Amino acid sequence: MKIVEGIYYSKDHEWIKVEGNEASIGITDYAQHALGEIVYVEMPEVDDELNAGDVFGVIESVKAASDSYMPVSGKITGINEELEDSPELLNNSPYESWILKVEISDLSELDSLMDHEDYKAFCESESH
Amino acid sequence: MSNLKRTALFNAHGKHGGKIIDFSGWELPVQYEGITPEHEATRNKAGLFDVSHMGEVEVKGKDAFKFVQNLVTNDVSALEDNQVLYTFMCYEDGGVVDDLLVYRFNEEHFFLVINASNVDKDFDWMKKNSDGYDIDVVNISEALSQLAIQGPHAQEILQKLTDTDLTEIKFFYCKRNVNVAGASCLVSRTGYTGEDGFEIYLDHDNAEMVWEKLMEEGKDLGLRPVGLGARDTLRFEATLPLYGNELTKDITPLEAGLGFFVKLDTDDFIGKEALVKQKAEGLKRKIVGFEMLDKGIPRHGYEVWADGKEIGFVTTGYAAPTVKKNIGFAMVPIEYSKLGTPIEIKVRKRILKAQVVSKRFYTKNYKK
Repeated sequence: MKIVEGIYYSKDHEWIKVEGNEASIGITDYAQHALGEIVYVEMPEVDDELNAGDVFGVIESVKAASDSYMPVSGKITGINEELEDSPELLNNSPYESWILKVEISDLSELDSLMDHEDYKAFCESESH
Repeated sequence: MSNLKRTALFNAHGKHGGKIIDFSGWELPVQYEGITPEHEATRNKAGLFDVSHMGEVEVKGKDAFKFVQNLVTNDVSALEDNQVLYTFMCYEDGGVVDDLLVYRFNEEHFFLVINASNVDKDFDWMKKNSDGYDIDVVNISEALSQLAIQGPHAQEILQKLTDTDLTEIKFFYCKRNVNVAGASCLVSRTGYTGEDGFEIYLDHDNAEMVWEKLMEEGKDLGLRPVGLGARDTLRFEATLPLYGNELTKDITPLEAGLGFFVKLDTDDFIGKEALVKQKAEGLKRKIVGFEMLDKGIPRHGYEVWADGKEIGFVTTGYAAPTVKKNIGFAMVPIEYSKLGTPIEIKVRKRILKAQVVSKRFYTKNYKK
């Protein structure tokens, strides 16, 4: 299982890459493994305002639909339209395939997220 | 998962990378490598399934034929020895107790294969309705393992392990005491995928050995182990119903569109009166096929809408791997059942456009 350094992770297995006030959000390698083959991604609209913990989208595998949650609060500034036709990118390259971009409203929320080492330990505890 | 039952193949599933889930009280693999590759392997080459969770009931005795004919909706009198029949057991009101396969060994010996989740309910139903018949009804579900090998290469692979000429086993027939890799098996040309293939019943002691031999012999021909995930996408695409989805106590076989397996002109059977009446009065609702026009995947239980109101429900829905469309089955009022009728599916909060289409999503490849 791949875990990338220098980005944040949530307990719902989303990753967040922060640049200034803006962040890209995707799902982790652990999450895509657990979901299986991803066949559809339902995304929010640009300009939607969402709070940390809100459902921002639904990722559907062959077998089931799973909610994805906002790790931070903010306004959606972009969605990855490529995923509409090629949802399998989330399986093939989870860390290169962002799902949405968000303008973070409260940077202090990042403190409640995990770094790569904490996330690694978290995944190990989840698998047992 | 300590209270769950394990099949004799539990260790084999671990060895082949099976991802284990709780399925009707059994620890079984939902997938190995992935639902799509397993689905495609079964369509194009061959897939091996552990279906040991299925239940089996033996009916033996002088009145065996009479009992089974009264129990099920299809015409058992049309069966030859070693022929297999797909049919339903119904309640008096026409709702479905279960769907099952009836194997006729001879007039006094039948073998019924039922769904894992329904074993206790079915067995109670059979016992309850066996009064007055000179028969023994025995639940042998715990005694047997069952493998299914399905797909265009199924025969070639299985043939490597047996001297029995498999071409002699025709579609929906079986042969008993077939020697497969030294194990004595009941082999039938049946399955739940829409492909040619065989179901193999054998004792637990030989199950893992036969599984591994099949995997070994099938390797070069592309055989893969297949989990419950692809079992469901395969059966759905081939328009085969699932108990709990298309068939329930609240849906009659006629409403499910499976009237072919209900012979209303045979002797009495349980539920006949209700079904004759329903047919005479005309169906008020029916399960149809549909295809999504908007982007979105339908799932079991989603609401069906039309004309601004909820009109029905999705019984099964998928992004179907072989036909590559977002399709489903749905129960709708009869006035919405014509091909081409626009309907809507409520996918979470959104109402998405769909259209009634033929349920023949995929053309079955049976060797008849």
